[in-house]
Formats: sequence, structure tokens, C-alpha cells
Amino acid sequence: MTTRDLFEETYSAVTVNKVRSGLTMLGIVIGIASVIALVAVGQGSQASIAASVDSLGANLVMVTPGAQATFGSGVRAAAGSAQTLTPDDATAIASLNNVEAVAPEISGRYQVVYQANNANTSVMGTTPAYEQVRNLQVADGDFFTDTDVTDSNLVAVIGPTVLQNLFAPSVNASATPDMAIGQQIRISGNIFTVIGVTVAKGGTGFSNQDDMIYVPLTADQHYLLGSSAYLTEVDVEASTQQAMTQVQNDITNLLLQRHNIANSQSPDFTVLNQASIVSTASSVTGTFTTLLAAIAAISLLVGGIGIMNMMLTTVTERTREIGLRKAIGAKKNDITLQFLAESVMLTFTGGLIGIVLGWLAAIAISLVTGVTTSVSIPYILLAFFVSAAIGIIFGYYPARRAAGLNPIEALRYE
Amino acid sequence: MKEDIIVCKNIKKAYGMGETEVVVLKGITFSIKEGEFVAIMGPSGSGKSTLMHILGALDTPTSGEYFLDGKDVSKLSDEELADIRREKIGFVFQAFNLLPRTTVLRNVSLPLIYANMPKFEREEIAKKALADAAFPEAFWLYHSNQISGGMMQRVAIARSLVNNPTLILADEPTGNLDSKTGEIVLHTFQSLNMKQGKTVVLITHEPYVAEHADRIIHIMDGNILTDEKNHRKRIARNEKDIPHDNT
Repeated sequence: MTTRDLFEETYSAVTVNKVRSGLTMLGIVIGIASVIALVAVGQGSQASIAASVDSLGANLVMVTPGAQATFGSGVRAAAGSAQTLTPDDATAIASLNNVEAVAPEISGRYQVVYQANNANTSVMGTTPAYEQVRNLQVADGDFFTDTDVTDSNLVAVIGPTVLQNLFAPSVNASATPDMAIGQQIRISGNIFTVIGVTVAKGGTGFSNQDDMIYVPLTADQHYLLGSSAYLTEVDVEASTQQAMTQVQNDITNLLLQRHNIANSQSPDFTVLNQASIVSTASSVTGTFTTLLAAIAAISLLVGGIGIMNMMLTTVTERTREIGLRKAIGAKKNDITLQFLAESVMLTFTGGLIGIVLGWLAAIAISLVTGVTTSVSIPYILLAFFVSAAIGIIFGYYPARRAAGLNPIEALRYE
Repeated sequence: MKEDIIVCKNIKKAYGMGETEVVVLKGITFSIKEGEFVAIMGPSGSGKSTLMHILGALDTPTSGEYFLDGKDVSKLSDEELADIRREKIGFVFQAFNLLPRTTVLRNVSLPLIYANMPKFEREEIAKKALADAAFPEAFWLYHSNQISGGMMQRVAIARSLVNNPTLILADEPTGNLDSKTGEIVLHTFQSLNMKQGKTVVLITHEPYVAEHADRIIHIMDGNILTDEKNHRKRIARNEKDIPHDNT
């Protein structure tokens, strides 16, 4: 039997009972479509988490103080609350190999007042390096300069959420940067002049960078904190991605030495590598994607069993036809091939429709819920081969059964 | 003198083993020459169907030898038997066994699909076979379930001709037909035999049908009872020669 004849025979056999073929195919359509759509959701969220971690800054290494602990059975305070990280530590880190920039930070929450409006927000004292290290962009006005830091100038750069809260607190009005720049706001009673507004970035899952006021480090130390003893965080940018681990290790060794800690298992600081945050986040979403795919695969399996069921019914119904075909000279392989081709045609067509539907579903999901979805070509190819494979696996047993029929008995079958 | 195309030597067929063994054919010996029209007759249970299956290469005998066209067919495997059937046998069944929802032309050319013949060539041969079986051209593209029983059987006869078989084997071909259409089918066999020299073996339990053959082999209880020339051969009438009875 030539390929063309096989195709024609298969096509006519499948289209004889359109409703039954359609319903059987529906199982595969739903299975493949759900695999495509759910994997798209999983991969989309993986990509968006990776993107938002990346938006923290490139090649970022974060140093935070450890938990404050006393010897013996003293009360242990929250991590990050220890006053162990000093501005001198930051200066020392800056001289390490492969360190591109260092931004020391002090953060705290204060009441902020402009005329009759007030807000409670995070105030961060830092240096101009922060702009580079944390990938911060100023939309209007300027970020403060090194001179502002040396002179402890009372200037502030505010985030868009702060702008909205202080300058147009009513829901309907929206604040423009022009309304704020040059105006004076009070932070904890000290008058700061607004010199810039940052670009809206949205929350990153760690903190909301839009609801933030940036002031020179020294101004924070002198006027808000009243002390220059410690920092709440030091952000370090490594020169390349490959150098991140080395920079992380160097910082650990440097600080262990500077803080006179002999036991490297109990440091009074934590060094976090951005790459490790990304890999943790993506392993979580990877598990999530696998779970979704596994659930969808179950529906695919059920679809495959539907195919097998239909093919077995078809073989029984067409016993006499099989007998006739064998009587006029069809071999076992001809019969096997014919029934396999029927099930593969069903699953293959079902797979194609499923891919299109799954793709549309992924688009619909991202339009309706706002979840990022990404349909990947490898998964489409995989779905393609899986649907063909289901046809072969679940069609093989019915096809062998048909081929194994005795022609004499098959011809007599009523 | 024509050659023997079928030679059966002491063919035995038994089913089951040991105490439950049933011997259906008890030693059948006969031969058929090219161009003969032979009827194999016998009541049900006589073993004529089993003999037909062996002659048609659908089954092999338990013992004995069966030569078809000079080739020993009695000890071949299932796959080799399929080759023999495709190349040398044309079957006509009582129940027609046409593919439903398939055109007459495609039904007739079906055996050639398994011979890997290209479509164009296949249809040419099928059209010629349909003409030989006196099937009207107007119905060639009808589906097989849209035509009458007599026409269906002529489609089946045409199908049995397309592989230019050594032997046409008809198993109760008139069993599902009324006497008028049965006669037309018998006429078709007679004209294929007389005008084209086709070898036809007809299996039947009706003496009236068997009397259309040149020679009648009587089977009873697994043995040949008689094997003689038919001296009172009936000639079946063609369709146009049968008067309409206006019913």
C-alpha cells in the first residue's frame, strides 16, 4: 500500500463517523491545549520574576548586618538589626578586586509633610553610586551629587508614589513632577528641598521602590539618625556576572577579618548574591511549571485512553472489513499500519488544534488576568511529538488486534 | 489438453486435539483444469466450506498436498498465503463484503491497492473488470450501499477479476439474492468462463445452482461422494432475456 493510498483510506475511515472522531479528538485537543497554556503561564511567571529580580540592578551583591546576639542565652533580635556594618566597611569593600561600585545605605521610616499633606514612607540615605548599583532612573530633575553628600545638603529625590501622596493626595488628581521639584518637604521635622522624581518601577517583591525618598547619606546621618556609626545595607556592583561569586567570597573574608570573627560559621553579616536569588526564585517557579504540566499531562493520558477505546470499538465494528481485506491479500503489516494511521491522524489533528487553542488560551489568560505568559517553541514541538506518540502508543494495541484476526472468522463475524 | 491448475492430494483437515479432535476433511483428492467451471456441492456440515478455505489459501490442510498453479500452497505461512491470495485468487462471497460508503470503482480496485499499483492504472483495470462483470457504467461512482443486491454481487465479481486470478472462488454467491438476480449473477459467471476462459469454482448447497457448472463434485461427511461431468448443464439467462413480472 502506498503512502498516498494509506492516507486516503485513513481519511475516509476517520471522516465516516465525524461526531465520534471529533469527540475522541476533543480529549487530545483539551490535553494538548492545557499543557501549552499552563506551561505558558508557568514560564511566563518564571520570566517575569527573573526580570524583576534583574531590575534590582545588574550583578548585584547585597551585604546586610546579621542578627544582634549576645553570648549565652541573650535575646536574639531580627536579622539586619545589628549595628555592625560601618561606613568604613563600605570603603574597604570598594577597594576589592572586580568591584565596580559600592552604595552604602541607611534606611528608616519617617513621617513626611508637605503643607497640609503627610505620608509615612521609607527614607534612604545613600550616595550617588546607588543610582548605578540599583539601576535607578530619575524621570525629572536630578539625583544628588557627591558634593551634596560631602556637604550634607538637605536635598531629596522622591519616588512617584510619594509624589502622588504628598502633592495630590485626592484620588482623582494626578501629581506632576513640576509640582514637586523645588518645593520643600519636612522629613521628621527637617526641611529638605525636592530636586528629582524617579521613574516608576513597580514593586519587586522585596520592597516598593516607588514609595521611597532618597537623601544624601551624610544628611541622613546628621539630621535624621543623629549618628554616623552604622549602615543598614551595602550594595555592591560586581564588574561582571562571572566575578559575582569571587566578589561575594572576598567581601565575606574581608568583613570576617575586619569584624574579628574567627568562626566563619557565625558571621555578624549576610552577603547575598543576586544570581542566587534568581536561581532560588526560578527553581520555585520551575517546580510550579512542572506541577502544572503534570496536571495537564493527566488530561492528555485520559485523552489517549479515549483514542484506544474508540479504536477498539472501530476494530470490532469493522471485523468483516478486516476479514475481506485479508482475503484479498492484505498482510498483517498493511492492517496494522492502516489502524495506526487512523489513530495517529486523530491525535495529530487533535494536537494541532490543541496547540492553536492553547496558544489562544495563553493570550487570553494574560489579557484577562495580567499574568505574563510565554509560549515556547520547544514546548510546541514537544506537544506535537507527544500527540503523535500518543496515537502510536494507544493505537498500537487495537491495530495489532485487528491485524491478528483470523480472516475466516472475521469474514463470518456478524 | 489444458493443464491442471488445482491439484489436491489426499487433503485432510482436523480441528482440535486428542479426544476432542473433529476430522472435517477425510482425504480429498481431485484436480481442476484451466478454464473449467466446477461446482462443489454438499449439505451444511459436509466440509465444503473448509475445502473452500483451503482452496482459497485462507487456511492450510492438516495433511495432504495442495498445488495451485504448480506451487505447493499447503505448507505456507500466513504471510505467504496472503501473497498467494493477492496474486492468484479472486473471492466472491455470499454477503458481498463490499466496503460501505465507498464508491463502486474504489471497491473494485481495492485488491490492487495492496499490490502497490498506481491509482490511474488501478482504475483502468477496475473499469475493464466492471464492464466484464456487466455492471452498468452509470453507477460506477455510486457508493456501494446505494445499489441493489444483484448489482452489489456484480461489483464483488468485478473485484475478484482485477488481479487477473488463476482461480475465481465463489462461496454461495446467489445465497442472498432472489432467483432472478441470482440467475443474472450465474449468467455473469458463465460468460466469464465461456468467453474469457476463466476458471470458476462455485460452492453451493443448491442443486439448481450447481447445475450451471460443467462438472459437479459432491462432498458428504468429509469425503468426495461423486465427481462427474454435468450432462444437464443449465444456461442462465441474461438480464434482458428475463421477462419483467411487473411486481
